[in-house]
Amino acid sequence: MARHIVAALAEIPSGSQKLVHVEGRSIAVFNVNGELFGISDTCPHQGGSLAAGATVGLTTSTEPGKFCHSRPGEFIRCPWHSWEFDLRTGKSWCDPRKFRARPYDLSVESGETLVAGPYVAETFGVSVEDQYIVVEL
Amino acid sequence: MSAVDQVLERQVQGDTRFQLVDCDIHPSLKHKKALHPYLEKHWRDHLDAYGSLAHCVYAGRGGPYPRFTPETARRDAWPPNGNPPGSDLEFMQVQHLDAHNVKFGILQPIVGANNARNTDLSAALCTATNDWQVDEFTSKDKRLKASIHIGAEDAELAVEEIERRAGDRNFAQIQLGSRSVEPIGRKRYWPIFEAAERNDMPIGFHVGGPSPYAPSPSGWPDYYIEDHHVLTHSAHAQVASMILEGVFELFPKLRIVMIEAGFAWVPSLGWRLDNHWRKMRSETPRCKRPPSEYLRQNVWFTTQPAEEPERREELRLLFDLIGFDRMMFATDYPHWDFDDPQRAIVMPMTPAERQMLFHDNAMNFYANLD
Repeated sequence: MARHIVAALAEIPSGSQKLVHVEGRSIAVFNVNGELFGISDTCPHQGGSLAAGATVGLTTSTEPGKFCHSRPGEFIRCPWHSWEFDLRTGKSWCDPRKFRARPYDLSVESGETLVAGPYVAETFGVSVEDQYIVVEL
Repeated sequence: MSAVDQVLERQVQGDTRFQLVDCDIHPSLKHKKALHPYLEKHWRDHLDAYGSLAHCVYAGRGGPYPRFTPETARRDAWPPNGNPPGSDLEFMQVQHLDAHNVKFGILQPIVGANNARNTDLSAALCTATNDWQVDEFTSKDKRLKASIHIGAEDAELAVEEIERRAGDRNFAQIQLGSRSVEPIGRKRYWPIFEAAERNDMPIGFHVGGPSPYAPSPSGWPDYYIEDHHVLTHSAHAQVASMILEGVFELFPKLRIVMIEAGFAWVPSLGWRLDNHWRKMRSETPRCKRPPSEYLRQNVWFTTQPAEEPERREELRLLFDLIGFDRMMFATDYPHWDFDDPQRAIVMPMTPAERQMLFHDNAMNFYANLD
């Protein structure tokens, strides 16, 4: 296991997302209201890039005329066929048993901590004042 | 990484083992007046003053009814210059034609040209659409082939346009919508079939198209998902109309392809029509043989958006029932329900069948693919 810096926190402000590459893996990183989520970028249906999709919430209905909107921004909709994946689990909303985009645990660490090492981020110049998103692989 | 770099990266990952003929690519206008340079002054003035009164509410793909995604497109299909998906040849080349090893791609413009109720205006817009396809796409990339876009409601003007383009190797087919004001097998449309057969040009019926009626026989659906589904019913009705009106007896060499209309319904349509025909054939003496025979002789189908049954053998069974030689692959690029050539049609296939589906059938079906 090694810790990899995937992006500076400032690069992915709340409501935005970014495709990052770590050790040959493509990971879609999302910032939903300050909470960070990472899932495998390739849609398990036909291979669309999830990082190019739109994030949405969940609308449910218990009876005609009643609607409930919850978990705003916590689902990623594939840019191709709009299959939805729960950013917390990576599971497909329609077929959670068969289709899942692998989730990755992300953490935020200060440049000060990271400079002390060990971490892997050849392409990053780390500044002690900034914060970084780190994935452990 | 820039958007183009990301696309290039995906391209390198693309499988180039087989060449693909893509039967459904949608070119789009860069802006609302992009057809103006191809229209005479009086039509430009007409459009500026009156606009184009359309047959149906689907006239505007943008603001009032975006359907599901902006411009009904894949969200990753917007060119870096911000123009609409399908309008930028260079981006289409990188993201689709090169990435998927497309040998030929058939353009299916849906730009509102065949939708004008004023048939003189519609004919002018169709002519402009055909000039525009050549100017912006097929003259710049020989992999792309245009469709002779016509308005069916004035068959005389439609035939004039077919004759104007028939000798032009930029065009691979005649394009109609799967909806029309009357069932398409009726006599008023026959001159179009006659011109198609005489010029050895196939006719592609792309799902949708000009019609003043609700898409469902029970009126207007509430939801896009419902609207998206009932579109296919028009294809069943048009195939039945052509068969029962005797179109394929009158024009036996006619080649028809139903585009983006699904295909799981095809075996059942043949069975039901045959059953009815055995009892009621005296009513339609021009339909001389069991209807399913005309289906097998004159009608082809594109796959996208392909059915996705849970058990892949069931998809395979459909291909066997319809006939592998009838099926042609399409992506629908850049629309949101795009089928990826590497990932769609998940079922057991021999290399020979794969070659038919992705290449040979379309090479034999379309005009000017050589």
